[in-house]
Amino acid sequence: MGSDNKEKKEERLNLLYGDLDTVAKMAKESLIKGKIAKMVDWATSFSLWPVHLMTSCCGCEIGAAWGPRFDNERFGSLPWVSPRQTNLIIVEGTITKKMACTLRIVWEQMPYPKFAIAMGSCALDGGIFYNSYNIVRPWQVIPIDIYIPGCPPRPEAVARSIIELQKMLKNKSLASKWILESKREDKKYIIPKEDLCGWRGEKVDLTTRYD
Amino acid sequence: MEAGTASSGSGIHLPGMEIAKASKNRYEVMIGPAHPGSGHMRIFVEVDGDIMVKVDPDIGFVHRTMEKLAEGREWIQNIPLFERIAILDACNITLPYVRAVEKLLGIEAPERARYLRTLLCEINRVASHLYGMGIFGVFLGHSTLYMWAFGDREVFIDLAERLTGARLTHTYPVFGGVRRDIPDDFPEDARKATRYMRKRLNEYAKIFLNNPNIRSRLENVGVLTKNQAAELGLVGPNIRASGIRYDVRLNEPYEAYGDVDFEIPVFEEGDSLARAWARVEEVRQSLNIIDQVVTWLEKHPRENFMHEKFWKTAPKLYKDVYEGKISYSPKYRIKLMPIFASLKVPPGKSFARVEAGRGEIVYYVESNGDIFPYRVRVVSPSFRNVIAFKYVMPGHRLMDLPAIYGSFDYFPPAFDR
Amino acid sequence: MISLQDMIKEALGNNIIKIEDNKGYIDVVVPLEKLKESAIKVKQLGFDHVKSVTAVDYIQKKQFMVTYHISSYLNEELSRHVLGLSTFIDRDNPHIPSLATIWTSAEFQEREVYEFFGIIFDGHPDLRLLLLTPVVAALKPLRKDFVVKEDSINIEVDYAAYNATKWW
Repeated sequence: MGSDNKEKKEERLNLLYGDLDTVAKMAKESLIKGKIAKMVDWATSFSLWPVHLMTSCCGCEIGAAWGPRFDNERFGSLPWVSPRQTNLIIVEGTITKKMACTLRIVWEQMPYPKFAIAMGSCALDGGIFYNSYNIVRPWQVIPIDIYIPGCPPRPEAVARSIIELQKMLKNKSLASKWILESKREDKKYIIPKEDLCGWRGEKVDLTTRYD
Repeated sequence: MEAGTASSGSGIHLPGMEIAKASKNRYEVMIGPAHPGSGHMRIFVEVDGDIMVKVDPDIGFVHRTMEKLAEGREWIQNIPLFERIAILDACNITLPYVRAVEKLLGIEAPERARYLRTLLCEINRVASHLYGMGIFGVFLGHSTLYMWAFGDREVFIDLAERLTGARLTHTYPVFGGVRRDIPDDFPEDARKATRYMRKRLNEYAKIFLNNPNIRSRLENVGVLTKNQAAELGLVGPNIRASGIRYDVRLNEPYEAYGDVDFEIPVFEEGDSLARAWARVEEVRQSLNIIDQVVTWLEKHPRENFMHEKFWKTAPKLYKDVYEGKISYSPKYRIKLMPIFASLKVPPGKSFARVEAGRGEIVYYVESNGDIFPYRVRVVSPSFRNVIAFKYVMPGHRLMDLPAIYGSFDYFPPAFDR
Repeated sequence: MISLQDMIKEALGNNIIKIEDNKGYIDVVVPLEKLKESAIKVKQLGFDHVKSVTAVDYIQKKQFMVTYHISSYLNEELSRHVLGLSTFIDRDNPHIPSLATIWTSAEFQEREVYEFFGIIFDGHPDLRLLLLTPVVAALKPLRKDFVVKEDSINIEVDYAAYNATKWW
């Protein structure tokens, strides 16, 4: 009797803790079925934290957008200092050749799933500095999801872009797809990092562990 | 204490664990271009223990080559280009360019236009100082100040929007005058704004300037003596906090500053706290100027706000609307004078300077009779303050760097141009 | 009360090639060899800081003109005026003695002129690049023979890829 009970107990324990393969298969199935997937997307969309990377003059409107009048924190986004703990990058303003290296390294330090918004007309196609010899188009440095035109765009436009990103996330279920499939596509039109950072010339380590 | 590769127990060598070794006790710290606050510049700091020994700024991360692009665009197209030097202060930054070209053209703006330019300059100065204080709060970790400053700044940006039509990029002064006149209910709103801001300044003093935590971080930190400030050639409230009584509005009055009544606050101590006080006192003086200018504008009739030479070439519809023959409605949208499209400026060289929010900005304009400028040289106030990194910071501890950085009120797009 | 022009003429004597009152500043042209002496004499008059260092490229005459706009903080009377100390140098061999040892405020501005025009300041304590990367500075951007093209010159812009924003 005693050994019988023990066997049953052991079986139950095995099912819950012991047999990792079975448990993993069961968890994956429930994710694919959709309820947890929807929750993951919903949670990610309401916690899009942008990293503090002020590149150019549109930075004033970002400061105002997260200020008290056009409060963007009600959408769940909190500007946070560290790139390793954020999942949104807002490329605002002109990206020069020196800054492109920084942008690329900050982007690569962020964990997946991550998103990017290009703000202002300088980030679209150069803006008022379209023929300058010192600037780079941001979509050749990092892949971008949402573009906001304007010079500078009003803070209401920035708030609208966060809402559009949330809708895109939920409709295409970007966050849960990354967790399930973890596929990465080829970055074929992106400038390689060595060309962007070649000017530094010093012996600095460019690996960021999320490549 | 030996610097070098830290050896973990298992001997794994992880990337990024080497520290650059300059001498036995010295380390080189790089405060990189992505850091919290509005700063995209790199600072190479050599520290000896905790004390900074050598500071070297590495700027150029926002360099957008404005001086070269200006040689390929027409005279009037350069005004929006130069606004992007310091977009918060748009009227102050483009005003010396407009004045320098006006000197070459040999004309002067009429009286009403001068008062209108002064009005926008002072509104921009208040907004710029509030932005500076907000960013100073972010550097010191004082988020209440950031929220208050950005909230109060919206009041003045709203005023500027009623006057010119845009929040930040006004493009208001043009050659010969300004682009449009004030709306009818503007003076009352301006007075409400100045009354509100005067009350708020006392509260700023309570939470920030008289706050014991902030005082212990800012008092006697980054002290700049009078001779040092003159030798380094710094500008703005930074030298007025060190005892030098220099302000372009006082030494070479331009626009309507010769006729209004205001004071220049000068402090003697020269530390970071004095620089913060200098900015707050300047905001108070600007509010006085706004009140006086708005009173003048109310009392005097709406005459020409643009010089005769250019007004003569305006289309008839434009003149009728402004003289009241046709009542204004939005379908008569205000356009720019057609003569500006291919303006030729007579050859010569000229120089103009103006006191912007952060300091003095100078322009050197050279023309050889073409529709494009031959050379425009702009030295923005933050560019003249960069040298303070090298000479003021050494000797302090590393954690004083944000306090000094914030008190100088740098704006990187300004010094990179 | 002597005017500023007379004061300058008295101090610099026969070093001056030309002195004229431009619009907004008083321009004094000195020959290249006497630049440093004139600067020391002007500093003794009370002009204590440099507002801007400018270089202009006259490509037909094959010359650069370098101008120092100088003014004063501590002297009440002189702070109302701006003095421009100019000199002409050869375009094919641009060397000029540095005034950074006389006025500290000229240090970073001379570095900027060095990297944009290729003018070498002899005697500068720390002459290296300030704003540009070495690749771009080698083009000597602000000279008149460097022409700005309509599209960005070093990177090819591929608009087909512009429409395909991928995520991962």
